[in-house]
Amino acid sequence: MSRAHIGAPPSSLIRSDVDKGSERYKRNHAANTALVETLEHELALSRAGGGAGKIARHRDRDKLLVRERIELLIDRDSPFLELSPLMAWGTEFDNGASVVNGIGVINGVECVISGADPTIKGGSLNPYSLRKTLRGLEIARQNRLPYINLTESGGADLRFQGETFILGGQYFRSITELSKAKIPTLSIVFGSSTAGGAYVPGMSDYAIMVRGRSKVFLAGPPLVKMATGEVSTDEELGGAEMHAKVSGLGDYLAEDERDAIRIARDVIGHLNWEKQGYGPTLPATPPIYDAEELLGAVSAEPKEPFDVREVLARTLDGSLFDEFKRGYGNNLVTGWGSIHGYPVGILGNNGVLFSADAEKGAQFIQLCNQQNIPLLFLQNITGFMVGRDYERGGIIKDGAKLINAVTNSEVPHITLMIGSSFGAGNYGMAGRAYRPRFVFTYPSHRIAVMGPAQLAGVMEMVSSGAAKARGEPWDEEKSATFRAEYEKQVESESTAFHASGQGWDDAVIDPRDTRTVLGLALSAVHSAPVAGTTGYGVFRM
Amino acid sequence: MSKNADTPRPIRRLLIANRGEIAVRIARTAREMGISPVTVYSDADVNAGHVRACDGAVAIGGMTPGESYLRGDVVIAAAKRLGADAIHPGYGFLSENAAFAKAVEAAGLNWVGPKPDTITVMGDKVQAKRMMEAAGVPVLVDVVVEEDTDLQAAAAHIPLPIIAKAAAGGGGKGMRLIEDRDQLEAMVEACRREAAAAFGDDRIFLERFLPGPRHIEVQIVGDTLGNVIHLFERECSIQRRHQKVVEEAPSSAIDEELREQLTSAAVAAGKALHYEGVGTVEFVVGEDRSIAFLEVNTRLQVEHPITEAITGLDLVRLQLEVAQGRPLPLTQDQVERRGHAIEARLYAEDPATGYLPAAGDLHMFEPDLEVAARWDSGFESGALVSPFYDPLLAKVIAFAESRTEAARLLERALQTAHLQGPPNNRDLLCAILSHEAFLEGATTTAFLAKHFPDDEARRFAPTPQMVRDAAIVAALAGEAARNGVDAALSGWRNNPSMDQQVDFGGTNPFVLGYRRRRDGSWLFTMPGEETLAVRRFSVDGRQMDVEIDGHRFKARYSSVRAGETHLWEVTAPHGHAGLIEEPRFPQPKPAEIPGATRAPMHGLVVVMAVKSGDRVVKGQLLCIVEAMKMEHQLLAPHSGVVASVSVEAGAQVETEQTLVIVDEDEEEA
Repeated sequence: MSRAHIGAPPSSLIRSDVDKGSERYKRNHAANTALVETLEHELALSRAGGGAGKIARHRDRDKLLVRERIELLIDRDSPFLELSPLMAWGTEFDNGASVVNGIGVINGVECVISGADPTIKGGSLNPYSLRKTLRGLEIARQNRLPYINLTESGGADLRFQGETFILGGQYFRSITELSKAKIPTLSIVFGSSTAGGAYVPGMSDYAIMVRGRSKVFLAGPPLVKMATGEVSTDEELGGAEMHAKVSGLGDYLAEDERDAIRIARDVIGHLNWEKQGYGPTLPATPPIYDAEELLGAVSAEPKEPFDVREVLARTLDGSLFDEFKRGYGNNLVTGWGSIHGYPVGILGNNGVLFSADAEKGAQFIQLCNQQNIPLLFLQNITGFMVGRDYERGGIIKDGAKLINAVTNSEVPHITLMIGSSFGAGNYGMAGRAYRPRFVFTYPSHRIAVMGPAQLAGVMEMVSSGAAKARGEPWDEEKSATFRAEYEKQVESESTAFHASGQGWDDAVIDPRDTRTVLGLALSAVHSAPVAGTTGYGVFRM
Repeated sequence: MSKNADTPRPIRRLLIANRGEIAVRIARTAREMGISPVTVYSDADVNAGHVRACDGAVAIGGMTPGESYLRGDVVIAAAKRLGADAIHPGYGFLSENAAFAKAVEAAGLNWVGPKPDTITVMGDKVQAKRMMEAAGVPVLVDVVVEEDTDLQAAAAHIPLPIIAKAAAGGGGKGMRLIEDRDQLEAMVEACRREAAAAFGDDRIFLERFLPGPRHIEVQIVGDTLGNVIHLFERECSIQRRHQKVVEEAPSSAIDEELREQLTSAAVAAGKALHYEGVGTVEFVVGEDRSIAFLEVNTRLQVEHPITEAITGLDLVRLQLEVAQGRPLPLTQDQVERRGHAIEARLYAEDPATGYLPAAGDLHMFEPDLEVAARWDSGFESGALVSPFYDPLLAKVIAFAESRTEAARLLERALQTAHLQGPPNNRDLLCAILSHEAFLEGATTTAFLAKHFPDDEARRFAPTPQMVRDAAIVAALAGEAARNGVDAALSGWRNNPSMDQQVDFGGTNPFVLGYRRRRDGSWLFTMPGEETLAVRRFSVDGRQMDVEIDGHRFKARYSSVRAGETHLWEVTAPHGHAGLIEEPRFPQPKPAEIPGATRAPMHGLVVVMAVKSGDRVVKGQLLCIVEAMKMEHQLLAPHSGVVASVSVEAGAQVETEQTLVIVDEDEEEA
């Protein structure tokens, strides 16, 4: 529940230095526009389901597509933030891993909605589908969001049984863990949910069955006949009516899909649900700068530096930013602002981290924990500074302070990848391993243990050393070829799409949607209590 | 009590024994003259506009006119109770009831109207005709019929077509046009029944009907000193079922010579009657310029505002002046006329179903105040159109220098009014006003029958573009209602798979899709995949400033829940349209009851011809529902046995209420 305005928005306006007529702006705008088009193309693939034939057959059976089910389930004209839409990108599986995950508003309540796409291999789950589903459950748990499963799945994709068996178990465990945490869980069974899949409605607080459609059983007629010799039908074993009237597994019996969705909305309506965060508390004034300019202000090529304040100027409410410690540790920008009325503390990179930047960040994180203000990390980081003077100056122990603060901070963290994310900089700036509530990335984002060129250089030195030790020839030409090929491989493995395909983020976003995406994430975060930590590990002095 | 020299019988508090627009209109002038208006109201009129328009009121109970506004004794008691010193009867109800007028005077109250004797004489159409005949005014051949009259013999000397009229009547009540002598008995019987119900007097007479004539009436005013003047004529030729629909002044059909003939005859008639107050002498004018006296209406006419418009006089003021014993404030020479005025009667009725009267909630009644027309109405948004009274929603009057401009202005006023509620005749009125024949002045009483002869001709559908625009306005109004104005995140998707959708039902159902674009504008997808760019500049729950495909306009809109659907009404400068928005999650529908006969409209069951268990054949009369002077016969949908009868004669029924169920014979099915 939101309170009246507390405090006041900052009074300092960010001054943008973006020159829309400059070569640099035009170049970046063109390149970022091309990247956004690529993103749209990849997203279109994620929506294509199992193809026209499968979709037609699905519709012929008078069934709604998984996205149509979601569109009906959520409130009209409400936003829907789809999560991990490019999961499994670059793998043998379809973009999105045949599951749709997202945060939507149902009768005014933000929920995590997850559903398999039955037009792709009958909705069976591959290892990526399961990882994506588990990520949805994690988001529900961390942010205290009711969880709704649109159940229609052939269960695990048995071609990958070895990789899915353990993940499947985690799936059912996670559902009941939500219930224990008093986070409601609901399964609408639109079709078959058999064998292990039967535990999705089985573990949920509420199960809605659709007459003539739901099929929930541990073993189907052929298996039962094999096992016991008993002859049975689908309906007898696990039809909606049987479960609603005999087994008690079905709590509501719906007449059709639309009716089931109506009932689900009613269930959410009676949850008596109250968000426990305090926001939004400030006026949600739009920025004074046009979000369209982000395409030109943000470098499409990670090597080209840009001022993180240009992103803030097009993201924060009213483009207002109360900058903390300006002039000290200039490669890390820190300060307060708000997004859609939700106060945030911001840490944004303006280059490699030095000791002063790390210390400044650690102090700022502690302040935000004192104030219960969520943190937004804008990553464009090539790592911590290296070299004799910096090692002597204690760059490790200062970096450790930042990592200690990030690790033990308990206010919600949201990480936005706006450029590079290399090395330990990824850790200090709340990379995936540090469990931020959400990670979003720009299409121009690069992620790796270090920059591809550096990595290739290092690897070339190692390889040439080894070759020389073996007495093999290693000339300049060979060296160049090795570096180019290795760099290309690292490049391809460090793109935003690759990262998203591996589930390292929650979505690649159009930079122009930055404020919207962060606003929706902050709203979701405020479904749970928002409070800072009371303790940290030892800060090495 | 002392009396002013020029005001022998002063009025301080005036009881208006009427309802609706006329009561509101009389109250307005009373206030202007420093007179406090008070009124009475029936149980059906608890929330009526005329009660609010007055300073005080007394409930007189009842629903039908007979139970309420026609009860003279109760009205007089109310006047006493409220301390009124005069009664204005308005039109209809007790306005031409001489006995009532006498009773008012006997009670020591001032009667605003002609002397009771005048009413008596003129109230009897037969007697009135004889009197005019004696005064040398041409009249139409007629015959009075009694219950035992041999109709065929009596009517033999009257050429066809013949019109049957209530002797005591007015306002077209009970009138029947007979074009075939075989119909005589049936028509006379129907006329008699309606006359008895409306006037408590079942005497009727038959009269020659002049085909293609014009109805021209002359407004007269007389005072207690014997002065009688005329205020020129009105033409009221456009009628349906003998009720006036469009009226104008002056008549476009007569020249100065004919005008002189008519007005002189009217003044002569008034003088012969020693007429006091306002009255109307009606004539028919044949195609050969022959004129014939029809009747004198001893009351303020519905259409009096057009006379007010062209003369600049307030007729209610004149009535009140005369009633107070003052002389007429002007002589004939001082009466001037200027320009042209047209009045249209906006009714709650459906011209496309035989002008079926309508009743129900009038959710929206908002004339466009920027169009300079006079709206006389007793309704406001949220009022109930009662099935018990005349469904006149408003009289709309436009005045301009020329007839063409007045017609255009009136059409505009009607077109731009935002109306949501029972069906109304607005589109028909607009079609009349823009009809070539009307604009040429070819307005005979046959106008509607000729140019809008059947239901189909009176069915008006909005243009496809208007439906499209209305649907877009409705969709965006719904969005604003759900999301608040200009919600940046409205329908936002990072992986958009489909549009927001609105389902519209009705006879031509369609689905509209839309999405908000990054720049705040909207992209609408029409049926057939056509897309349109739309911008919404402002929206406030009633009005929207919107641009659709490059065309920017302001639209007024409203919606109301009807069961699970939402009814939308959108009014724009280029038209109006109503839409039915289907629910997102429809409830399962109860099965249609086979063989059920339902009430076509809100009304009274006057005859229940069958009882449970009766055998009926297809087309046999089951019952008659009466609503607003109209009798609706409900016939068996098929042969079979009456399974149930859910109401008795005398019951009030709602639209769509099940009345009779007939189980169909198996062999026929």
